[in-house]
Amino acid sequence: MRGAIARALRALRRLAGMAATLLVTSFLVFSSLYLAPGDPASFLVRGRSASPQELAEIRRQYGFDEPFLVRYGQWLEGVLHGDFGRSYLFHQDVSSVIWSRLPASLLLVGVSALMIAVVGVAAGMVGALRRGTRTDATLMLLVTVGAAAPAFVAALLLRSVFGVRLGWFPTIGNGSGVLDRLHHVVLPAVALSVTFMALVTRVTRSAMLDELRREHVEVALSRGTPRRTVIRRHVLRNALGPIVTVSALLVSGMLVSTAIVETAFGMSGVGSLLVQSVNQLDFQVVQAIVLLVVAAFVVVNALVDLVHPLIDPRVAAAGSAR
Amino acid sequence: MALLEYESLSIALPGMARPVLDGISLSVFAGEVVALVGESGSGKSVTARAALGLFPAGAGIDGRVRVDGTDLVGADAASLRAVRTTKASMIFQDPRAGINPVRRIGDFLTESLRLGRGWSKDRANARAVELLTAVGLPDPARHLNQYPHELSGGMLQRVMIAAALTAEPRLLLCDEPTTALDVSTQAEIMAILGKLQREHGLGLLLITHDIELAAAACDRIYVMYAGRIVETATTAELFAAPRHPYTAGLLGSSPPLSAPDGPVARLTPIPGAPMGLLDSAPGCSFASRCRFARPGHCDQSPPPLERQGPALVACHRAHELTATPGAVAVAAAGSLSPSKEDS
Amino acid sequence: MSAQIAGVVRGPLTRLRALGGGWLQRLCLLLLVLFVLVSLFAPWLAPQDPTFGGLGAGLAGPSADHWLGTDQGGHDTFSALIEGTRTSLAGPLAVVLFSTVTGIAVGLFTAWRGGWIDTVVGRMLDIVFAFPALLLAILAVAIFGKGMTAPVLAMAIAYMPYTARLVRGLAVQEKARPYIAAYRVQGHSAMFVAVRRLLPNIGPTVLAQSTVNFGYALLDLAALSFLGFGVQPPTPDWGAMINQGQAAVLQGEPLSAIVPAVAVVLVVVAFNVVGESLGDRLAGRDS
Repeated sequence: MRGAIARALRALRRLAGMAATLLVTSFLVFSSLYLAPGDPASFLVRGRSASPQELAEIRRQYGFDEPFLVRYGQWLEGVLHGDFGRSYLFHQDVSSVIWSRLPASLLLVGVSALMIAVVGVAAGMVGALRRGTRTDATLMLLVTVGAAAPAFVAALLLRSVFGVRLGWFPTIGNGSGVLDRLHHVVLPAVALSVTFMALVTRVTRSAMLDELRREHVEVALSRGTPRRTVIRRHVLRNALGPIVTVSALLVSGMLVSTAIVETAFGMSGVGSLLVQSVNQLDFQVVQAIVLLVVAAFVVVNALVDLVHPLIDPRVAAAGSAR
Repeated sequence: MALLEYESLSIALPGMARPVLDGISLSVFAGEVVALVGESGSGKSVTARAALGLFPAGAGIDGRVRVDGTDLVGADAASLRAVRTTKASMIFQDPRAGINPVRRIGDFLTESLRLGRGWSKDRANARAVELLTAVGLPDPARHLNQYPHELSGGMLQRVMIAAALTAEPRLLLCDEPTTALDVSTQAEIMAILGKLQREHGLGLLLITHDIELAAAACDRIYVMYAGRIVETATTAELFAAPRHPYTAGLLGSSPPLSAPDGPVARLTPIPGAPMGLLDSAPGCSFASRCRFARPGHCDQSPPPLERQGPALVACHRAHELTATPGAVAVAAAGSLSPSKEDS
Repeated sequence: MSAQIAGVVRGPLTRLRALGGGWLQRLCLLLLVLFVLVSLFAPWLAPQDPTFGGLGAGLAGPSADHWLGTDQGGHDTFSALIEGTRTSLAGPLAVVLFSTVTGIAVGLFTAWRGGWIDTVVGRMLDIVFAFPALLLAILAVAIFGKGMTAPVLAMAIAYMPYTARLVRGLAVQEKARPYIAAYRVQGHSAMFVAVRRLLPNIGPTVLAQSTVNFGYALLDLAALSFLGFGVQPPTPDWGAMINQGQAAVLQGEPLSAIVPAVAVVLVVVAFNVVGESLGDRLAGRDS
């Protein structure tokens, strides 16, 4: 009973911390507009002739006549209702522009995340279990190169080899229909995965090696538990904590990299929308995407913190003892 | 036939100057309690693990280890598993390190029953409760749902013993089972082990650095130094007349707990430090710390383990030193000058 | 003891592995030295002016005139690669210098003051940590326009928490050591002790972190140029070269893009390997 209350309190505290972080983040993103040289209203409409309604709309959204904090409040209220203002490039609500691009990016990120988790963890396990062998050395070399191979380099090589030379995969666009979309997303997903796969492999390997050295593994073996079972139930299971924690930290980097991958493969998604918006001076969209990426990172990490006690019960004990 | 039998077992690790184990021969019969005594680094834990076929990774192994007739050196996975699940179990020094911290106590206890023997959850849990009761844990059903960090060290060591019993072993290996516990708990754990050993007629090998503890619990004692057995005898013989200077040193350097009323002998520590794996000696490993070592005699070749009266001793000067019974012990206690002995 | 055991006792395996590790590290260090030298002497090393394209010589394969061929505009890839080392080095250098100096200052300050200041600054660093460097750099471009100044500053801010946290952690540990107390007792000022005595002790570890940061900053800035936000043509830059080479890739002539891509990966690998081996050695563990 006491444990349950302690757990609930811990979760509440973590959620409050997340809300505070999100609040500060939104404030920073909002204020970034005022770093721009010159008048913020003309900054937002620079490079195009805005209609009077549009100017009025900006005034309402940003409340340029009001005091700064009131402006922030109004803007935040809009954001909380999903109102990120209007895009002057598309003459649409920012939210609907992003919404229409979201599925493509989610597919890309989803497929990549799956690849990263499966290949990264599997490769890390192989490295740890074959420690010191030639297999391990080769894996570690691949990890070293992979961690240094940015998405744009991976995209370039993949397009060149599997797109142009071999012609196995399309090199540009999103495709239409389920299968065609999947066919189009393979190379971009691999390009997006490489760096993060390498990092997950490295974390898995070192977490598994840490765990393999522990005495409870020897005890389990000494009781006649088959090695495969020990690896699964005791080594991998216990290594899960560090693997999940580190993976959560990679989320923001991965989301930003969609900008590179989608641009390289000429895909239409939130990432390429970000690049396009910067190029076309569509600041409202840039602001919204930045806020969403950072918020996704903050939320994912808070969630991981919340489930961590399920992965490692000692965390809950340490949390309530503090 | 002995339940557990080592036949000149040697284990060597790459990059080390001397083998971890060098020709260990040792046996434990059913219903017998035997101690293996030595300082840390002497190789006693490696010896114990070898009885379950747990050899150090990358080690070169020579000799035999038989448990109930099965040779574990070069044994395949299936026969190793058969020994571990039905014949021999081990209790480790630090239960907190030995039990997976992220799984429940019940999981730890029933894992081998459910996965190994295919028992149902209810049946395995019922057995676990039985075993926890047998090792004297109150409220066993509740403990099944707890995590290791919620239990004390003494309670965890009982859990460890209960887990060892799930295999219904005939041989119990105890590697410093009380070292990580506080003093009052140590006695309880030893009592539980003694009771279980008598009830089930187990063969028990107790690994310890504490020769007094070994004497209190065991019928026979093996003394180990730097990977070799240097002396073995019944407990009574060993205490009455230690024949190896190292044994005598161990007796001299441990406080006589058994005789609190008697005159307290002055403690004489053994000079020097135990030999590490990066050191080696062509002759007797103990020679550099031995008060009786004679240059040109003890440092030539390793002494063989030979019969000296009721004991087996590996000492080049054993026959001289044992000519006068108790001389070694007296000398080691400091009342007799070794230089006189030499001249 | 059998012959089999005697063979194992002096295994050559351990020595061989140690040597193999050192081999990679030395090679990477050599690569970094080469990289720095090339960037210092780039104008004298580049055989041709990479900003001057010869019309009609576009997308040529390797030849005696153009060792690594030319790009679409007829620019010599080899020369562009050499000139590109300068921008590829200068950007990350600025990022790392700025983030290291501010990171050390913030880390030492919070470790020394402790208390609520430490907590508040810690939370602020957590928030900065939520902004990936590349995203902050893109935001800076959106606000201040294309170029290198604003992104480099933004990235320096994004990298600062890594150094600050490291320094804070080390400084808190160091602070507890008796020698610091001894200096304080002798009447040295906190500032003096922190900068003159504590910093030299944690400096090498910070250097290791900064070396790794350098590699990642190079990646991020190259990505920025790849997106067309960073270094603007005709200034030669690896990221921009890859960007411009993309069209050629689709035409089956990937060399002008692959050459700078390989350069980026090699240099970043070198920075990572050298930084990590330095860190490992300082932490007293072998890789």
